[in-house]
Amino acid sequence: MSSPSIYGASRDGYGNALLRLAVNPNVIVLEADLGKSTKSCHFRTEYPDRTISLGIAEQNMMLVAAGLASSGKIPFASTFAIFTERGFEQIRNGIARPGLNAHICGSHGGIHTGSDGSSAQSIEDLAIYRTLPNMTVIHPSDDLSAEELTMQLVNLDGPSYMRTIRNKVQRTYDEVTKENIIIGKGNVIFSGDDVAIVACGVMVSKSIEAAKILKEEGINATVIDMHTIKPLDIELIDTISIKCKCIVTAEDHSIIGGLGSAIAEHNSKTNLVPMEMIGVNDRFGESGDSEELFEIMKLTTVDIVNAAKASIARK
Amino acid sequence: MIIEKQELENMANRCRINIIKMIHAAKAGHPGGSLSAIDLITGLYGTSLNFDVSNPNWEDRDRFIMSKGHASPAIYSILHEVGFLEESDFMSFRKLGSICQGHVDMKWTNGVDFSAGSLGMGLSFGLGCSFAAKLDDSDRKIWVMVGDGETQEGQLWEAIMAADFHNAGNLKMIIDRNRIQNDDFVSKQMEVGDLSNKLKSFGWEVMEINGHNMKEIIESIKWAEIDNGRPKAILANTVKGKGISFMENNPAFHGMAPNDEQLKIAMEELS
Repeated sequence: MSSPSIYGASRDGYGNALLRLAVNPNVIVLEADLGKSTKSCHFRTEYPDRTISLGIAEQNMMLVAAGLASSGKIPFASTFAIFTERGFEQIRNGIARPGLNAHICGSHGGIHTGSDGSSAQSIEDLAIYRTLPNMTVIHPSDDLSAEELTMQLVNLDGPSYMRTIRNKVQRTYDEVTKENIIIGKGNVIFSGDDVAIVACGVMVSKSIEAAKILKEEGINATVIDMHTIKPLDIELIDTISIKCKCIVTAEDHSIIGGLGSAIAEHNSKTNLVPMEMIGVNDRFGESGDSEELFEIMKLTTVDIVNAAKASIARK
Repeated sequence: MIIEKQELENMANRCRINIIKMIHAAKAGHPGGSLSAIDLITGLYGTSLNFDVSNPNWEDRDRFIMSKGHASPAIYSILHEVGFLEESDFMSFRKLGSICQGHVDMKWTNGVDFSAGSLGMGLSFGLGCSFAAKLDDSDRKIWVMVGDGETQEGQLWEAIMAADFHNAGNLKMIIDRNRIQNDDFVSKQMEVGDLSNKLKSFGWEVMEINGHNMKEIIESIKWAEIDNGRPKAILANTVKGKGISFMENNPAFHGMAPNDEQLKIAMEELS
């Protein structure tokens, strides 16, 4: 028997969770011709009667989800993150406003999606969905956390948006630690007093690597997987702000409106500590390998290390 | 609830009076599209729609999804007729805290099945309700009303195509073909053309009627009620502002409240 993989893509976790959620007869899966990519295809294979194909028509899919939810079903609708945005006003007016229990999953989010190029690289999804009242916004770091968080969505009272990613990354969790994941609660992966690195998605594993490098230089970093961007775990943000007195945020998303902004909004009212934001700096992406793109976008482990030092220097 | 034709006509007239009264009191609202739709809505509530006023969220009720949600006064007037709303409710239309919001909203008003206000979305929502009914093995019916200007929205055609593909025989669309939209006549803004043949080419069955003739309305509803596996559309030719002379076929009254003098004239014409 081979040892468990240390790599996983969050979209696989979503697909696995849908299969497990199938025991609930109210769970319905909606597709817009990207089931093979978002990984809802596994549910389709096993439960074709509860899978609805809506073609390449995302706006319609969002309101079909709303109609199902209004009738007591629990729809999970997925497409690429960027194409959920085509149905933004539908999600806003049709799902979030009436507070329906419909769950949107946008896969292939962020620059990390790579060679498809800028049209596919959603770097604003977390920001726009975070502005909607009633919405829970989630961006898991690996397949195991994506699976666990998706399992919990079924008990959520209200709509959600979850961004998953295409490529495998180093896992943040294992079969034991994944049990600690709760929607709305950040996970402390490392605990240190010198700087707090708060990350989501693929940037969590990079932040862990950065913390290891910092440790070798005598800097003790706290690393948090803030998988839930909304509602933000402000209790934890308050705790680490007081403890570390400086923060680095890291996200594969525009620095405008995402995780870093959410924390800055909160801390501007409470703990004014120095912050450095690692994210996409107000530009579109381009084609390339994920890691190459992260180099030019300044989303690497080294960038996080440097930001940590810069934030410490500003204390 | 089965109500005879003459009483339906009387009911529609009472609704017209209340539509004008509430819009006048609110000093805002959409009289034209409410008046064009009210005979159809009255016919539907009076002869077909299955609901329970004492249990508004009864899961097996028929759904009526008012996609052209700006015609909310028509909905509030019929919900008053069937017992969901008091006169004081609809006379607070559009005011702070009123359960009668500017556009119909399921979170605010018992008896409302959809939060509308953005055109082109209601049929998709109805399709979702249609899937749910089939999954529940229920024969409840899903009715959706759209405006003819609304058929300019691309999403509506996504839903029309999907309803055909999925054989949504429990889904019925009523098109209020009043030929006027917000800015002007549909023919001047962007003519939507032969909706009957467009729908037929998308796999729908279509019955075209006079949307102010209660006999034709009742017949079309009976026709649409039958689930033969095909989605059905009632294409209702109507007159915007129907029943009030100075509002009829007048684009100005798409979204304008009558003043005191106009209210007086309207009440005289309706009584």
